[in-house]
Amino acid sequence: MTTKEALYNYVLRLADDNLILAQRLAEWCSCGPILEEDLAMTNISLDLLGQAEDFYEYASELNGEKNVDELAFLRSEREYFNHLLVEQPNGDFACSMVRQMLYATYAKHLYEALLKSRDEKLVALATKGLKEVKYHFRHSSEWVIRLGKGTAESNLRAQNAVNELWRYTDDLFEMNATDKVLITQSIGFSLKDIYPLWKAEILHVIDAADLAIPELGNVITGGINGMHTEYLGHILAEMQFL
Amino acid sequence: MTEEEKLKRFNALIEQDEKIEPKDWMPDAYRKTVLRQMTQHAHSEVIGMQPEGNWVLRAPTLRAKKILLAKIQDEGGHGLYLYSAAETLGMDRSEMIQQLHEGKAKYSQIFNYPTLNWADIGAIGWLVDGAAIVNQVSLQRTSYGPYSRAMVRICKEESFHQRQGYEIMATMMNGTEAQKEMAQDAMNRWWWPSLMMFGPSDKDSWHTQESMQWKIKRASNDDLRQKFIDKTVDQAYVIGLTVPDKDLKFNETSKHWEIGAINWDEFWNVVKGNGLCNHKRIAHHIKYHNEGQWVRQAVLAYSEKINAMQSATSL
Repeated sequence: MTTKEALYNYVLRLADDNLILAQRLAEWCSCGPILEEDLAMTNISLDLLGQAEDFYEYASELNGEKNVDELAFLRSEREYFNHLLVEQPNGDFACSMVRQMLYATYAKHLYEALLKSRDEKLVALATKGLKEVKYHFRHSSEWVIRLGKGTAESNLRAQNAVNELWRYTDDLFEMNATDKVLITQSIGFSLKDIYPLWKAEILHVIDAADLAIPELGNVITGGINGMHTEYLGHILAEMQFL
Repeated sequence: MTEEEKLKRFNALIEQDEKIEPKDWMPDAYRKTVLRQMTQHAHSEVIGMQPEGNWVLRAPTLRAKKILLAKIQDEGGHGLYLYSAAETLGMDRSEMIQQLHEGKAKYSQIFNYPTLNWADIGAIGWLVDGAAIVNQVSLQRTSYGPYSRAMVRICKEESFHQRQGYEIMATMMNGTEAQKEMAQDAMNRWWWPSLMMFGPSDKDSWHTQESMQWKIKRASNDDLRQKFIDKTVDQAYVIGLTVPDKDLKFNETSKHWEIGAINWDEFWNVVKGNGLCNHKRIAHHIKYHNEGQWVRQAVLAYSEKINAMQSATSL
C-alpha cells in the first residue's frame, strides 16, 4: 500500500464516520423530546455533514476519479470504513446521547492528535472539526449526566444505553495496514496513544452521571475493514434511494 | 384608568400605527385573535418540519442534504421563536401543544399534503415558502410588536428557502425527461394548495374584517393571493413549468394574471381532516411528544436536585 493509498483509505474512514452518524442524527428530525433538542441534534448532524463533505473532498482529490457525491453515495456496504458505533440505531434519546458522547470524546482526541500530523490538509480539517466536536462533547456529556442523575427511569435508560453500546467501543481503537503506513510516515498516529485519554474522560462522565461501565467479555470489531453490523445496509438503502 | 380610557388609548395606538406591546392593555378579543394567529403560525412551522423531514434521509447529494436539513432547522427555529413571542400573551408552550393535540389549535392545511418525490422539496421551498413570504412580509407591519419583530426576522430566512426551492425546480427542469416529469407533477400537486394557503376568499373569510380593523392583518386574503400569483406565474414560465390552470390568462388592463376557480371544497375537505396526511401529522407529533416525556421529567428532576444542592451549600 502506497502512502497515498493509505491516506485515501484513512480520509475515507473519517468521512464515513461523520456521514453515517450525521444520517443517524438526522433521523431525529421532528422526533425530538423537545423542540430545542430536535434542533440541537439536527444542528450536530449538519456539523458532521460539513465535516464529511470536507473529508470526501480531500479523498476525491487523492483519488482523482470520483467526486464527493460518488464517494459519499455510490459505494456498497463493504466499501464503507465507518466504525460500528456510529451505525447503531438511535434507540431512545438516552441511547443517542450516550452514542454521541462516546463518539464525540473519541473524535475530540483523534482530531487533537491529528493536529501533529505531517499532512497539512489533515491538520486543517482536524482543526476545523475539533472546534465542533468539543461542543458536541459538551452537549452530549451534559445530557448523559442530566439523564443519569435525573429520575430512576432516565438513569435506567442511560445505563441500558451504556450497556448496549459499550461493546462497540473497542472497534474505535482498531488499526489496520492503513494506520501502519501512515504512522511510519508521521501522518497518522497510534490509537493506543489516545485510548487512555478517551477512557479517562468517559469514566469521568459516567461517574458524574451515577452510571457504570458494564463488565463485558465480548469485543466486536470490523468497521475499518468494511465489516459491518446489518444496520449499515439499511442506512445506505435509504441514503442511496436517488 | 377606566376601561373606557384604556380602550381609547389602545385604539389611539392602533390608529397611529404604533405597536401594541405585551404590557399594554388590550381588548380580550384582540389578545385572543393574535394568540390564535401566532400559535397557528408556530404550529405550522413545526408541523411543516415533517413533510420536508420525509426527504432528509433520501436527499440526492451532500449539498442538497445540508441545505434541506438547514432549512428544516430554520423552520423549527421559527417555531421556537414564535412560541416564545406568543407566550408574551399569557399562554405557555405546553398548553399550546396540548391545544394542537386536541385539535383546538390549527396549523396550515398545506402540510396535510404528502411529499411524494424529490421535486416536492423544490415545490415546497418555491411555492409554499413563496406564499408564506408574501403573507409574512405583510405581517411585518402587524400591530402586535413581538409578532411584527418575529416576522422581520423570519422573512430574511424564508427568502433564502424560496430561492433554494426554485433552484431545485430549475435544476430538475434542466435534467432528464423523468426529472422534468417529476417537477411538473410536483407543480401540478402544489400549485392549487399553495393558492389556498391565503385562506378563503375575502367575501367568505370570517376573521378578516376585525383583524384588518385592529391592523393584525394588513392586507386581504385575495390581495395577497394575487400578489403571489403575479410573482410566481412568470417564474414558472422561465423554467418551462406549466401552471395547471386552463383558465389562467393575463389581463392587459389590470396587468394581473387571472386564475380559474379555486376548488374550495377540496380546501374545506382537508380542513375537516380528510387530507392524506392530517392524521399522520398529528399522530406523529403526539407520539414523539409523549415519547419525550421521560426526558422532560428527567430535566426537571435534575434541575430540582441541583437547586436543592445549591441551597444546601449556601446555608
